[in-house]
Amino acid sequence: MTKIIEPAKRTNIFRRPSSEYGFWSWVTTVDHKKIGIMYGYAAFFFLLIGGLEALVLRIQLAQPDNSFLSAAEYNAMFTMHGTTMVFLAIMPISAAFFNYLLPLQIGARDVAFPRLNALSFWLWVAGGLFLYSTFIFGTAGAPEGGYLAEEVGWLGNAPNGGWFGYQPNAGFKYSPGTAMDYWALGLQILGISSLVSAFNFIVTIINMRTKGMRFMRMPVFTWMTFAVAFLLAFSLPIIAIALFYVTFDRQFGTTFFLTEGGGDPVLWQHLFWLFGHPEVYILILPAFGVVSEILPTFSRKPLFGYAAIVFAGFGIAFIGFGVWAHHMFASAISPVAQAGFGLSTMVIAVPTGVKIFNWLGTIWGGKLNLKTPMLFALGFIGMFVIGGLSGVTHSIVPADTQQTDTYYIVAHFHYVLFGGAMFGIFGGLYYWFPKVWGRMYNETLGQIHFWTMMIGFNLTFGPMHWLGLQGQVRRTWVYAEETNLGFWNLIVSIGAFIIALSILIFMANWIYSRRKGEKAPFDPWDARTIEWTIPSPTPVWNFSKAPEVKALDDFWHAKYDEDEEGRAVRRDTADALLLQLEEEGLNPEEEIELPNPSYFPIILASGLPFFGYAVIYKSIPLALIGAVLLLVGSFGWAIEPLEEEFTTKEEEE
Amino acid sequence: MNKKGLFKYKNFSVLSLIFLTACIENAPMDSLSPAGPYARQIDELFWLTFWIAVGVFFLVMGVLVFSVFYFRDMPGKPEPKQIHGNNVLELMWTIIPVLILAAIAVPTVRTIFDLAKEPEDALKIEVIGHQWWFEYKYPEYGITTANVMVIPEDTPVRLEMWSNDVLHNYWVPKLNGKRYLVPGQKTYLNLHADGADEFWAQCGEYCGLSHSKMRGRVLSLTQEDFEKWINNEKLNAEKDLPESSLAAEGQQVYLNAGCTQCHVINGVWDIQGDRIAPNLTHFANRNVFAGAALKNNKENLTKWLANPPEIKPGTFMPNLELTEKEIEALIAYLGTLK
Amino acid sequence: MSGGHDYPHEPTGVETRKLGMWVFLSTEILFFGTLITTFLLFKGRDFPGIKLTDVYDIPFTSISSFILLMSSLTMVLAHNALENEDQEKTRVWLLATAMLGAIFLAGQIYEFTEFYHKGFELSTNIFSSTFYVLTGFHGLHVFIGVVFLIGLWAIGQRQQGLSLDGGMNLEFIALYWHFVDIVWIVLFTVVYLI
Repeated sequence: MTKIIEPAKRTNIFRRPSSEYGFWSWVTTVDHKKIGIMYGYAAFFFLLIGGLEALVLRIQLAQPDNSFLSAAEYNAMFTMHGTTMVFLAIMPISAAFFNYLLPLQIGARDVAFPRLNALSFWLWVAGGLFLYSTFIFGTAGAPEGGYLAEEVGWLGNAPNGGWFGYQPNAGFKYSPGTAMDYWALGLQILGISSLVSAFNFIVTIINMRTKGMRFMRMPVFTWMTFAVAFLLAFSLPIIAIALFYVTFDRQFGTTFFLTEGGGDPVLWQHLFWLFGHPEVYILILPAFGVVSEILPTFSRKPLFGYAAIVFAGFGIAFIGFGVWAHHMFASAISPVAQAGFGLSTMVIAVPTGVKIFNWLGTIWGGKLNLKTPMLFALGFIGMFVIGGLSGVTHSIVPADTQQTDTYYIVAHFHYVLFGGAMFGIFGGLYYWFPKVWGRMYNETLGQIHFWTMMIGFNLTFGPMHWLGLQGQVRRTWVYAEETNLGFWNLIVSIGAFIIALSILIFMANWIYSRRKGEKAPFDPWDARTIEWTIPSPTPVWNFSKAPEVKALDDFWHAKYDEDEEGRAVRRDTADALLLQLEEEGLNPEEEIELPNPSYFPIILASGLPFFGYAVIYKSIPLALIGAVLLLVGSFGWAIEPLEEEFTTKEEEE
Repeated sequence: MNKKGLFKYKNFSVLSLIFLTACIENAPMDSLSPAGPYARQIDELFWLTFWIAVGVFFLVMGVLVFSVFYFRDMPGKPEPKQIHGNNVLELMWTIIPVLILAAIAVPTVRTIFDLAKEPEDALKIEVIGHQWWFEYKYPEYGITTANVMVIPEDTPVRLEMWSNDVLHNYWVPKLNGKRYLVPGQKTYLNLHADGADEFWAQCGEYCGLSHSKMRGRVLSLTQEDFEKWINNEKLNAEKDLPESSLAAEGQQVYLNAGCTQCHVINGVWDIQGDRIAPNLTHFANRNVFAGAALKNNKENLTKWLANPPEIKPGTFMPNLELTEKEIEALIAYLGTLK
Repeated sequence: MSGGHDYPHEPTGVETRKLGMWVFLSTEILFFGTLITTFLLFKGRDFPGIKLTDVYDIPFTSISSFILLMSSLTMVLAHNALENEDQEKTRVWLLATAMLGAIFLAGQIYEFTEFYHKGFELSTNIFSSTFYVLTGFHGLHVFIGVVFLIGLWAIGQRQQGLSLDGGMNLEFIALYWHFVDIVWIVLFTVVYLI
């Protein structure tokens, strides 16, 4: 720490924040690592809430005609479960990985725009809290003219139009009250947050790569981040406009999605899925990236077909924009459109298959070290293959008209997003745990976590396949006893609680290992990429001097050579290199300038929810508060230099 | 560790066997038990894809399981060869999936257009979605009914569908796939039942509070029975009931308690109000009511008439605060509507 | 920008901030694209009620469009002046650009009021809704641009003046401004002329 220059304390609008520890250091930080950690914890918090919502749903469905929840409560819970898991859990956990790892993997000291990065995070927090404030302030009820036997409780006063918000059901006429406004405006804020981070990551990857880190030497995780950032940048504008329309319809009497005024409810479906399908890849590609890091490391082999995996990732991202109507095969689209989108959906299976086969090629002939991250990565492949194959059955349009809107679909996308994305994410959490905390996680607990989750997961989502095919419709609060679906629903509910148990084990491991875990060695996994060339936990300055990269998997090649057979041989110099790296990493030779903390991102971000409330309650004072916060935030931001001068004019005077 | 590995992958490989043996018997909404040519066509296509998928699944899992056993780290194992890729292999596993998919694509596209074609000499029925029940109209016969759609066996039926409010999705799993009901535009779906039977239907798309109770029945009858049914449906209800009977009292309740604001009984009250509710002319002939969520019997009717929103939250039928006696009379009257 | 200026990077030749603006503008295309698509979708539909063609005044809008186009010219002049290190002229042209933008906005507000009085309100029908949301969204962009320009002008008043690599950079605000102008050409064609 000694060589970091203390920022000069200059009066700007506020005194420049300068704490390095404690509460304010986190609130004002622009350090990508701290922001990443905050993303991680906050997203995990929402993951727990989303999980609780799922458990509540599963209690209701454990037996036919159950009355644990009212219809209003059930509908609110499944809407919030979906919305939370997509926007407040998986996306931000991925963002946590992007934030923490991206600069480390490309050898940068931070992202391109550190304060913008803090703004993304605080906007996301603002959006999440705004959305969840619906439980306190929101109202929901029966459609205009409808009757309820009982008041909607607090649990039911949440958005209830589904995470997909199909119109006109989610419009003011059929979903009166303010809850759906919280949903539309909350997603709007979250969308802005993601857009901002997308710009940041794209520019970071293009412009912040260290010397020699050419595009085709970037780790696959970085590549997938790049693809996700593009997906975000090009899909979020579409949903932003669509949500504008929703808000206008609900608040200002327009009729974008109402046939009465000439609007079109199917337009919403198109716009939503034009965003919604790329969104699926936004959720899954980060896990592809994580797995592509874990598999080579624990197989002690390079990634099989690096270029193919990278291009397949981008192929998926690109084709992902041309398959949206496969969510609408039963909707009002023509047979020609059905055939076209069916075919494009089949096409997307090809690059996905390429990835899977290349991963198999990676482990084939390797020396597999079956540690927890590797288990999750292998589990990922298994579960994702199931989800992928059931996905192919959706591209068979006639078959899909039987499957759509049933639990078969629920099974499919949970295999993709839980068995896929979440397994990948858990693998990543274990894999980089030593890097972030400087301690090892507990391997035994990690393995127990994996196995309970694997069992619980399959018990929960496996039976949903045949429950769906045999007639259980999605988003139904009750099902009739005569449908004979009760037994498997009970099994599913039991499975859900086993998943909950596995999450508790994970948390116990995390809390224990954070405090009492063994000190992590410098390079615990004998890893390949340059984030492992720096000490654990990562020093504030990341790299004490800019690394120079000479090859893909540079760190590995620094440690290993190949003999004439092509087998890896540890270089004699490897141990000395590690010692040297550790020494250098902790003691930078030069003075390092780091971006200074700033109050303005959080001030700016806190303005947006006020605009949201102002729209809902048509309140000018609230809008003014929002405008003031926005102005103070952006004005202060504009005149505050990123890195403070060491001597300033004010001090001289 | 490795023992656990064994357990895990055994678990995988039996998964599809579980799938086959886990199937639920006697599920009325079973899309895997087709009962007509349309559903059968879809079913065949599904199983074709399913078995290909199972093949791919076993291939991938086989490689995965084999790798975990054969390549796992053991003491004394040499460092692996550093293989970066193999163009031939990579090209192969790009091209082979393309070929497999092309093979599935051909019957898929053919079936899409087959299913969309309007069958010749089909019976036309209009299906109108309301929150939360289906209304059926037979334009050729001037019949309006609800909840139970009656069709002739072994005859193609062409449904012309739209919604009166939000999006709905009409699904009779044993007869065909789903199709949305959209406000402001028409969609079409074909049904065809092999024999006389009763089928379950349900709204697939989330349509608000009582989405789960928006169900239906499709009753396929022999040609003879179907004609009988048609002829009976065309009749109006009897207006003049024997005086001082319970049913006559019930008729008065129907006319005076507010039911007529939404419900029509042909020949008794023919003016349809703004809010459309099921036509009750032949109510007693339908075996289900309230969006087909309840069986048509005295006990259920009592429960329903006492407080409809209790059973279907959000429903447009208010609690009319009927007395027990009125309810009894009303049920007696509804029982006469054959 | 972080990590000091001497931290070596793979060269791409585009300044980071400018690159950020390019990425931002490319997503803006998607924003406007979605709005324009919706507008065109409904334009072709047959729905009873008042239409834009019943109320609009093409000569008026043409003039205000011309004014906005001129502001692109003054923006270029401001940029040129700064390249020649003429602070005085830079400020003048910046202010001129902001003023032209403000005149365009005033014209738009006048136009909206006229339409409103002729019964073409936001919620009249689908045509009016798509019209106001689309052109209003563009108007918001012009407004933000004007605020930026005035802010830049104000910063230019300070002692050290403006530079081409300063914090609030004239170059990327110019990029934004030209983009907003180009979008208007597209909107004017799509909304008024086709």
